[in-house]
Amino acid sequence: MMRFMLLFSRQGKLRLQKWYTATAERDKKKMVRELMQVVLARKPKMCSFLEWRDLKIVYKRYASLYFCCAVEEQDNELITLEVIHRFVELLDKYFGSVCELDIIFNFEKAYFILDEFLMGGEIQDTSKKSVLKAIEQADLLQEVCDVHLGLL
Amino acid sequence: MALKIVKGSIDRMFDKNLQDLVRGIRNHKEDEAKYISTCIDEIKQELKQDNIAVKANAVCKLTYLQMLGYDVSWAAFNIVEVMSSSKFTYKVSCSQLQLQSVDAVLITTIINSVSLPLVTQDLSSPNQYDTGVALTGLSCFVTPDLARDLASDIMTLMSHTKPYIRKKAVLIMYKVFLKYPESLRPAFPRLKEKLEDPDPGVQSAAVNVICELARRNPKNYLSLAPLFFKLMTSSTNNWVLIKIIKLFGALTPLEPRLGKKLIEPLTNLIHRALDLLYGMVSKKNLMEIVKKLMLHVDKAEGTTYRDELLTKIIDICSQSNYQYITNFEWYISILVELTRLEGTRHGHLIASQMLDVAIRVKAIRVFAVAQMATLLDNGHLLTGNMQRNGICEVLYAAAWICGEFSEHLEDPMQTLEAMLRPKVATLPGHIQAVYVQNAAKLFATVLRKQEGTTDSLAAQETSQLLIDRLPLFVQSANLEVQERASCILQLVKYIQKLQQKEVEVAEEVTALFAGELNPVAPKAQKKVPVPDGLDLDAWINEPPSESESEDEKPKAIFTKEEPKHTRPRHTEVDEKELARRREARKQEQANNPFYIKTSPSSQKVYQDQPGVEHIPVVQIDLSVPLKVPGMPMSDQYLKLEEERRQKERSERKKKEKKKKREKHGRGRRADSGPESEEDITPAHHVDIVTEEMPENALPSDDDDKDPNDPHKALDIDLDKYVYDVQGNLQDGSQVVVSVIFENKTDHFLKSMEFNVLDSLNSKLQRPEGSSPHDGLAVPFQLPPGVSNEARFVFSVQSIVMPQKLKGTLTFIVKTEDASTHEKLDFKLHFTCTSYLITTPCYSDAYAKLLESGELKSSSLKLEGVIMPFHHLLARICFHHHFSVVERIDSCASMYSRSIQGHHVCLLVKTSNQTVSIDAKCDEPSLLGNVLDEIKHTFSQC
Repeated sequence: MMRFMLLFSRQGKLRLQKWYTATAERDKKKMVRELMQVVLARKPKMCSFLEWRDLKIVYKRYASLYFCCAVEEQDNELITLEVIHRFVELLDKYFGSVCELDIIFNFEKAYFILDEFLMGGEIQDTSKKSVLKAIEQADLLQEVCDVHLGLL
Repeated sequence: MALKIVKGSIDRMFDKNLQDLVRGIRNHKEDEAKYISTCIDEIKQELKQDNIAVKANAVCKLTYLQMLGYDVSWAAFNIVEVMSSSKFTYKVSCSQLQLQSVDAVLITTIINSVSLPLVTQDLSSPNQYDTGVALTGLSCFVTPDLARDLASDIMTLMSHTKPYIRKKAVLIMYKVFLKYPESLRPAFPRLKEKLEDPDPGVQSAAVNVICELARRNPKNYLSLAPLFFKLMTSSTNNWVLIKIIKLFGALTPLEPRLGKKLIEPLTNLIHRALDLLYGMVSKKNLMEIVKKLMLHVDKAEGTTYRDELLTKIIDICSQSNYQYITNFEWYISILVELTRLEGTRHGHLIASQMLDVAIRVKAIRVFAVAQMATLLDNGHLLTGNMQRNGICEVLYAAAWICGEFSEHLEDPMQTLEAMLRPKVATLPGHIQAVYVQNAAKLFATVLRKQEGTTDSLAAQETSQLLIDRLPLFVQSANLEVQERASCILQLVKYIQKLQQKEVEVAEEVTALFAGELNPVAPKAQKKVPVPDGLDLDAWINEPPSESESEDEKPKAIFTKEEPKHTRPRHTEVDEKELARRREARKQEQANNPFYIKTSPSSQKVYQDQPGVEHIPVVQIDLSVPLKVPGMPMSDQYLKLEEERRQKERSERKKKEKKKKREKHGRGRRADSGPESEEDITPAHHVDIVTEEMPENALPSDDDDKDPNDPHKALDIDLDKYVYDVQGNLQDGSQVVVSVIFENKTDHFLKSMEFNVLDSLNSKLQRPEGSSPHDGLAVPFQLPPGVSNEARFVFSVQSIVMPQKLKGTLTFIVKTEDASTHEKLDFKLHFTCTSYLITTPCYSDAYAKLLESGELKSSSLKLEGVIMPFHHLLARICFHHHFSVVERIDSCASMYSRSIQGHHVCLLVKTSNQTVSIDAKCDEPSLLGNVLDEIKHTFSQC
């Protein structure tokens, strides 16, 4: 099971975080800081997997953004790498040539996509199509709500 | 009821919204704590109201306060309550809030005790997305109590009609099991059902959950093995397959029979993986990969899998004309190692590779011949289980190589002896034939060596050896063996006679096999020049008469022939056919060792040199024994290769260091080891491209007047004016209009009066005591040709709409003899853009602002914009008072602020002449108008 997922920039700014286990805010901050230091210090040719505390860290860099997942010891690193890539594909499909700024600008959408793809640290659906469909529907629903609010 | 709602929404107008709160906090820098405590009191009041919209507003404010670090857990109940409302937007923001909430436990306790009905109500909502959000939220804060109470509800949802809900329910069940293990027993049958769900998403979710469960206690899930086995063989979803294989990894130790059943499907999977390897190799990693594969070959049980590995190894190495092999000695030793495999069917494949390499790579021949001689010497090892054993095919290659290139043999006599052993007669016929023929070649070589020395007896002994051994082959049942053997036997007998007369025969015997076999390039024929006087196009015989062909080709009678239509079809067929033939020819050539395959880089090479010297071969000066105890041969090469690379690298480094020194020590780059030396990849370039833009880097030159200003049209012969509307930073309700008056007449202008017809929204500010229709005196006079600027202040109430104001300018024109009163009408256009003020914003603050979630979004698409991206940004910055926050490649975020404190955020992206602008603002109509204005700007260019 995935413990958490972090997205941060090359400059060490956290762009998105998702925790699948309850963690105290203080611990979260500490872990994020520590992990960012470790990952950012690594050279491009180094392995995408590393052991950290009792977890396995799987990360991948896309342009200026690092996608970093922590999984448990028994988990498969390669599938985690695939999970990251699939998430990126989903983002790319939804935003259209996604870039870091998209995730800042439409962060709630990014969270929403992640929620539709992963739930409780497990893959919810491997099909890109069905994930995107769910997001589309939710977008539609939200628009309708906004119209209602506007009328109010 | 209706009245209540109306009342609620009116109340709401007077409530603080999030934006007011944020602004308030900024304005109360000194006594922030006090301000916030009053705000919290207000929020508490709001939460007590019935109107859900008011509550939602309050919760939004709480989100912000929580972000600032204030404890909002006291409102947990209300948050849950708002979440349970029917409005989707509220819910999404609430689930965000709860995710961030520290005190999830507290919230859930409250949910448990008070508002459980609310969540359950959501769970059974008719709208699948409502339920979905409820489940997503729940997955973040399941507690034992909650798990206990909701387990049955979620179980029902597992058989929901919508797969969307089913998969979420299945996943959340895992969390429930963790917190409330008792629920596992009743839920399990249903979970098992989900493994065969028609929807692949639900199926994969179920596999995930069961795999997680099974990892903790595999024993209980043995009964599911057949089901998983079925899934594994039928599923094409790699994600699921990986999970299942992991699961089987946990199950097999408990049930040994499972292992056997798994072999076949697993090898199928491995085949897929092997196919991937094919594309993965490079010069650098080939040796490493093959080494790994060789390990697998050693470990492999079952010949089919081993054969598969063997062919893959050869495929990988020989692909694209041995493109990736840097060391052929290594390759030969790999091939020799492969011959040690028992019972492989691919002996001929190895053999053809050996022949191919030995013939085409001249430099490798010495080494290859030595290896082949050893192979021949140990031939009996290979032929242990003769007839069924395909590996003896390699002896065919070995014998031929040793014979053909016998001049490289160290001890030809020994090899000759090995080739004529009685045991050879048990080999398949075609191999024996090659043995016999090449024994003769060897014989020639041996003779030549022996005659060179004084010992003439040795030569005779050699002949005797042949005469002794060959009769065995003469009796062979195989025609070819027999024929060759008897022919050579007679020849040797004749030679022996000559030897006894002490005639030197070696020269003549060698002549029997003179001439080198050279590989021929497939295009060699083309390179042969056409001899003079030969016309290849001329008919040798007169072509057959026309009348004959007429019968074969019926003429079209009723319709005109349309060559245009038929032709492409023909070529298509031809092309297909050609491709097929080409493929077949390639196959044929690949199997024919006498062909050099074209290397794409250098076709010219064939012209002047028929050999293959250009294939990179590393000369390593060492005598390698066939077997190094405890270490397979190819490993050695791997090591050597690494050493070589290391050496090269260090040499390269030395050179670089030298260069650096030559540059007067300017090389500031620290020498960071061999790893980074090789890292000179495009990555560095990318870094430069994505370099962050400094804040507000684009030109926003205020002095520059817009050449596209539509009001230039107002340029009237008397008087020209240009104006600029500027927001007032100090006062959110004021704009300043500066107007430049220019006198273009030849006369003196005086007593100018500026007057504007006020609207409800915008009013010209006049001195105290004047009526709303009075004009304002312009505080200067204009001599001919002179221009001057005057400023007028307008008060504006709402800035969300653009506005046009009508006005008049009255003045007196003073000529020499008279003065006349003149009037000029004009319009002032207050665009929404003019209410925006260029305000720099740091990316952190920008991200925070967006996170507050109070912004409405809108978007705009511009087609066919061909200007470069930075021009585009500059244009938005200049015309619409934005500043660039961050820019990455062809994507940029921008910010501006209105005089009344509205935030306007843009995300501009471009691809293929299409510019998409996503925009967010806390005031939707302002945003809409600004976007319209941006669109207008670009429609003019």
